[in-house]
Amino acid sequence: MSANSVAATSSPQFDTIPKLLFHHAQARGDRPSIREKDFGIWQSWTWSEVRDEVMSLAGGLAAIGFEPGDKLAIVGDNRPQLYWAMVAAQVAGGVPVPVYQDSVAEEMQYIFDHAGIRFAVVEDQEQVDKLLEVKEGCESLQNIIHEETRGLRDYEQPFLHSLADLQASGRDWNRDHAGELDKRIADAVGGDLAIMLYTSGTTGRPKGVELSHDNLIVTARNAAEFDGLTADEEMVSYLPMAWVGDCIFSLAQAYVCGFCINCPESGDTVMTDMREIGPSYFFAPPAIFENLLTNVSIRIEDASSVKQWLYRHYIDVARRVGVRILEGDSVSGWERFEYFLGSLLVYGPLKNVLGFSKVRVAYTAGEAIGPEIFDFYRGLGMNIKQLYGQTEASVFITMHPDGQVKPDTVGVPAPGVEVKIADNGEVLYRSPGVFVRYHKNDEATAETKTADGWVLTGDAGYFGDDGQLRIIDRAKDVGKLNDGAMFAPKYLENKLKFFPQVKEAVTFGHERDFVAAFINIDLEAVGNWAERQGIAYGGYTDLAGRREVYDQIQECIEKVNVDIAEDPHLSGSQIQRFLILHKELDADDGELTRTRKVRRRIIAERYGDLIEALYDGRDEVHVEAEVTFEDGRKGKIVADLAIRDAKVTPVQSAAA
Amino acid sequence: MESAAEMSHGKKIGDIVLAVDNISLSFGGVRALSDISFQVREHQVLSIIGPNGAGKSSMLNVINGFYHPQEGLITYRGVTRKQMKPHEAARQGIARTFQNIALFKGMSTLDNIMTGRNTIMKSGLLWQALRIGPALNEELAHRERVEQIIDFLEIEHIRKTPVGKLPYGLQKRVELGRALAAEPSMLLLDEPMAGMNIEEKQDMSRFILDVNNEFGTTIVLIEHDMGVVMDISDHVVVLDYGKKIGDGLPDEVRNNQDVIDAYLGVSHD
Repeated sequence: MSANSVAATSSPQFDTIPKLLFHHAQARGDRPSIREKDFGIWQSWTWSEVRDEVMSLAGGLAAIGFEPGDKLAIVGDNRPQLYWAMVAAQVAGGVPVPVYQDSVAEEMQYIFDHAGIRFAVVEDQEQVDKLLEVKEGCESLQNIIHEETRGLRDYEQPFLHSLADLQASGRDWNRDHAGELDKRIADAVGGDLAIMLYTSGTTGRPKGVELSHDNLIVTARNAAEFDGLTADEEMVSYLPMAWVGDCIFSLAQAYVCGFCINCPESGDTVMTDMREIGPSYFFAPPAIFENLLTNVSIRIEDASSVKQWLYRHYIDVARRVGVRILEGDSVSGWERFEYFLGSLLVYGPLKNVLGFSKVRVAYTAGEAIGPEIFDFYRGLGMNIKQLYGQTEASVFITMHPDGQVKPDTVGVPAPGVEVKIADNGEVLYRSPGVFVRYHKNDEATAETKTADGWVLTGDAGYFGDDGQLRIIDRAKDVGKLNDGAMFAPKYLENKLKFFPQVKEAVTFGHERDFVAAFINIDLEAVGNWAERQGIAYGGYTDLAGRREVYDQIQECIEKVNVDIAEDPHLSGSQIQRFLILHKELDADDGELTRTRKVRRRIIAERYGDLIEALYDGRDEVHVEAEVTFEDGRKGKIVADLAIRDAKVTPVQSAAA
Repeated sequence: MESAAEMSHGKKIGDIVLAVDNISLSFGGVRALSDISFQVREHQVLSIIGPNGAGKSSMLNVINGFYHPQEGLITYRGVTRKQMKPHEAARQGIARTFQNIALFKGMSTLDNIMTGRNTIMKSGLLWQALRIGPALNEELAHRERVEQIIDFLEIEHIRKTPVGKLPYGLQKRVELGRALAAEPSMLLLDEPMAGMNIEEKQDMSRFILDVNNEFGTTIVLIEHDMGVVMDISDHVVVLDYGKKIGDGLPDEVRNNQDVIDAYLGVSHD
């Protein structure tokens, strides 16, 4: 009924989220806008009901003194009431500021102070307790509104309000001040601030990214048209509300297209809820796709041998045929028949169990996804694509067009987005989604956004001959070999880590003659393999030093080299020498961060001898290393490590 | 003994709902309880503590009607009797959980909690088995109540999981759910936190307080962990070798010399 609804909303009279809400309440008032599973049943609210809920909430906020320009903090899991609170803040002329609900009180306090937040809507007692702590040190915070009342009966603070009570008083307020909110809605324009999102900030304090209604709506509409989204999409909203992605998918795109979003019952039930809803539009970070695949593989191991055979056989077919069907390539009749059988026997039931039966468009982003994992889902017939985005861009910078999806690229510039590569390899973009500024931080704004509107991403990348962008590393980590070739350590390391045998890899090459690597083997994967081969070993150090293991790793590295050789930008950074480390890199020893990122400086310091040995031509090196055991005792590992040369693939010249 | 209207957590503690008078219980020659008396007031959280073998579980079994004391009287809601049968206790709004979890391991969380509704179901067995007419409507109403309990105890994610596959801490929570399903006015909890880690204990403490707070349920519980007991109880009764050696507010009991001796041992010199 509503294929053209996206276009319908492009009229200038729908330039803010509240105006879109009123549009949908009129155009499709009795269609569901949002659902939530509660008490075991999907409860749903139609667009016109949502409008009423939002208006009473906005009136309630106004009744306790919420003024135009005020900021409203929103803290909690994905709940309909919290989404309404976002829009209610906009209706009342203010700006919602969703905050990660798992941030500690201290972090929250920084954000509350920085944004000058006077009002907060939170989910339950847990968040109320945290905000009471925040409030002690925060002068601006005046009112806390909670959705759940449970456990809060004995809290007598006058500044605590239950959301239901607030809505009741809001209905009164709206009656007494008829037309006031309507006026505030009509007065708002697309250039007004729509939302403020704090970036988690791996370095330094979080920055408040200010996004306007135009930023959100134009970007959301462009991307929706790119993928042909309609009012009939179903989306499961389970990612943090404070993350820009959720703001775009669950709020901006839902309000532009008029589709329905679904809030899971709790964080632990997302997978069951997914299956019940059967979303048609889906986003997940690579880790979720990876976990799902691992779960499937484990459960198949426990299945009967007939089922195992069926699964293996048809997943093979899927990898071979399914990906090509999705890409629109030619496929023989027999292959098509086999794939059809596979759909009946394996893919259909499997997708049903995962809740992916109806997925039309799925995106992943945030990190590199393993090509194996990517092809698995595409083989099943799921149109999973990658996008590249940032909070500062209102998400979309580049995205995969249908039929041109590759695991190692992030696609072409999204509609309305210009992308260019700076001389140092850094990716720059300019788009309708570019943020207004960082809140109260002109210095950072000037550093990130040039006068003519280009934004520096901090990521290094390049365009291939196919016009698709490849992101290789953080710009500051990218170096150069002595012969001038580009060296992107994380790109190489990720490629190595896609092999199950490789747990961790560290590559060197900046201001060197060639690229060399440290490898950590995956004790479980390699150990299993060794057991099957009948190779006896006594622990990590012993196994890592085995000739057979070196052979395996060498094979992996040479495969990576073959891969890189095809890439004109990186073919110069093939890995020429490597060694397998005698110990696993460990966060306890400070070699990795707690989120398992390599700490290059510390590794360079600690393993200086080994790095030298990689470059001075020795084929063996003696190490003694101090290690910290789990109980805090220190010990020593002594070993002789072999260093091997890996075969370099000659570059098909004249390619670039 | 103590002021009639003890105030705690800001909630109103009411009149005496259960009075235990001079209860003595023996198994053959073993005297499990001798001459125990205490009172439980409406909306109170009362803990019975004591070393191993002090007679705590026996006391609970007496209240519940599972053991029949040789001497003494129990007055529950104005009715005094010498003994009560467990199903009578259940009908009068007394529900309990057990020290060793007593759930149906092969059944799902949902079904286990549903069994707790059994005492309040009205339609006959045959109607229920056929699941038609009034029985179906009744089941829907019960299911709604059970879903509220599932929501209350935050166990949505294990709704359909067989209970036998759940970790211990969650099984305890399901058992509490089943007891709550009967909409009891008094809840007897036998070591609800035994064998739990700190986090699970905190969760369980919060649920017990929430039940007390939201539903006004009177709670009698047995617990080993003194810290937990002192934090959540309005009133504490201490047993040792079947005798009552302490009875009062948590702070009074904490400073009672007999209690300290029983817990820490006495030097005999």
